[in-house]
Amino acid sequence: MKLSEIKELLQCEVLAGEDDLSVDIQQVVASDGMSEILAFAKSRELMITGLTNIQSIRTADVAGVSAVIYCRGKRPDKKVIDFAKQKQIPVLVTPMVMFDICGILFNRGLKGVS
Amino acid sequence: MTAMELLRECYEIQGKNFDKAGEVSGEIKVVLRDLGIDAAHLRRLVIVAFEAEMNVVMYAQRGTMTLIVTEEDINLETTDEGPGIPDIELALQEGYSTASDEMREMGFGFGMGLPNMKKNSDEFRIESNVGKGTSVFSKIRLPAHE
Ligand SMILES: Nc1ncnc2c1ncn2[C@@H]1O[C@H](COP(=O)(O)OP(=O)(O)O)[C@@H](O)[C@H]1O
Ligand SMILES: [Mg+2]
Repeated sequence: MKLSEIKELLQCEVLAGEDDLSVDIQQVVASDGMSEILAFAKSRELMITGLTNIQSIRTADVAGVSAVIYCRGKRPDKKVIDFAKQKQIPVLVTPMVMFDICGILFNRGLKGVS
Repeated sequence: MTAMELLRECYEIQGKNFDKAGEVSGEIKVVLRDLGIDAAHLRRLVIVAFEAEMNVVMYAQRGTMTLIVTEEDINLETTDEGPGIPDIELALQEGYSTASDEMREMGFGFGMGLPNMKKNSDEFRIESNVGKGTSVFSKIRLPAHE
C-alpha cells in the first residue's frame, strides 16, 4: 500500500517528505520503545510511535524504515522535523491512537514484524 | 597475516547528553556508506553502534568509540568511564535493565540493547571494571570472509 493511501486512511498531516508519499509499504513496526524497533525492524517498514524526540528519527534512520507516523496527535519539535528532512525520512502525524491505527492497517492487509 | 586496514576513526561520546545521543552512530553510518560497505552489514554495525552509544550516554560519564574497518571485517570498540557492570551475564539477559523512568520515556531502557548488539555481531565481548568503566567489542565479518 502506498504511503499516500495510509495518509488518507489515518487522516494524517504530513510534517516532512510531502513529495515522497509514493513509497510502497508492506510491513509495520509499532512501538514507543526504540530498542524494540531496532531489534525487530528489518528495513523499509512503516514505523508508528508515540515518541517524538530526536531519538525517534535517529532510530528510524538506523533501522532503515521508510516513514514515521506519530500517533495521538503528538508533534515533534521543529528541530526533529528538520532532522527528518535532512535524513529524507517522511514524517506524518495522525490524531488516532496506536490501537486504532494498527487495527485499520491490519484490516487492509499490512503485516507486522516478528 | 593480518588484513589490510582500510579505515580507523575515533569518536568521543558525552555521558548524559541526550540531545547529542546518536550523533556518533549517525557519523559512523555516513563513513561506512562512503567506504562502500553494503547495506546489510552497514545496518547491523550501525545498530550495534547506536545501542552502545545510548548505553554510554545513559550510564557513563564519557566514552570513546573506535571504528576499524579492514578488508575482512568491521570492528567497533566502545570504552567508557562509568559505573561498570557488576554482573555481565545478567546484563546480557533480555529484559534486564537498571534504566530510570526518564530513560524509558526517551524510548530506551527495556533491556534489549546488549542482546540485540550481540545478535547483530559475529563476535561480541564485554569487559568491565566496577567503579571504573566498561568496554564493549563487536566484530562484523564482511562478505567473502563470513
Ligand atoms: N556502558 C555501561 N555502563 C554501565 N552499565 C551498563 C552499560 N551498558 C549496559 N549496562 C547495564 O546493562 C543493562 C542492560 O543494558 P541494555 O541491554 O543495553 O538495556 P537497557 O540499556 O535498555 O537497560 C543496563 O540497564 C545497565 O544496567
Ligand atoms: Mg541499552
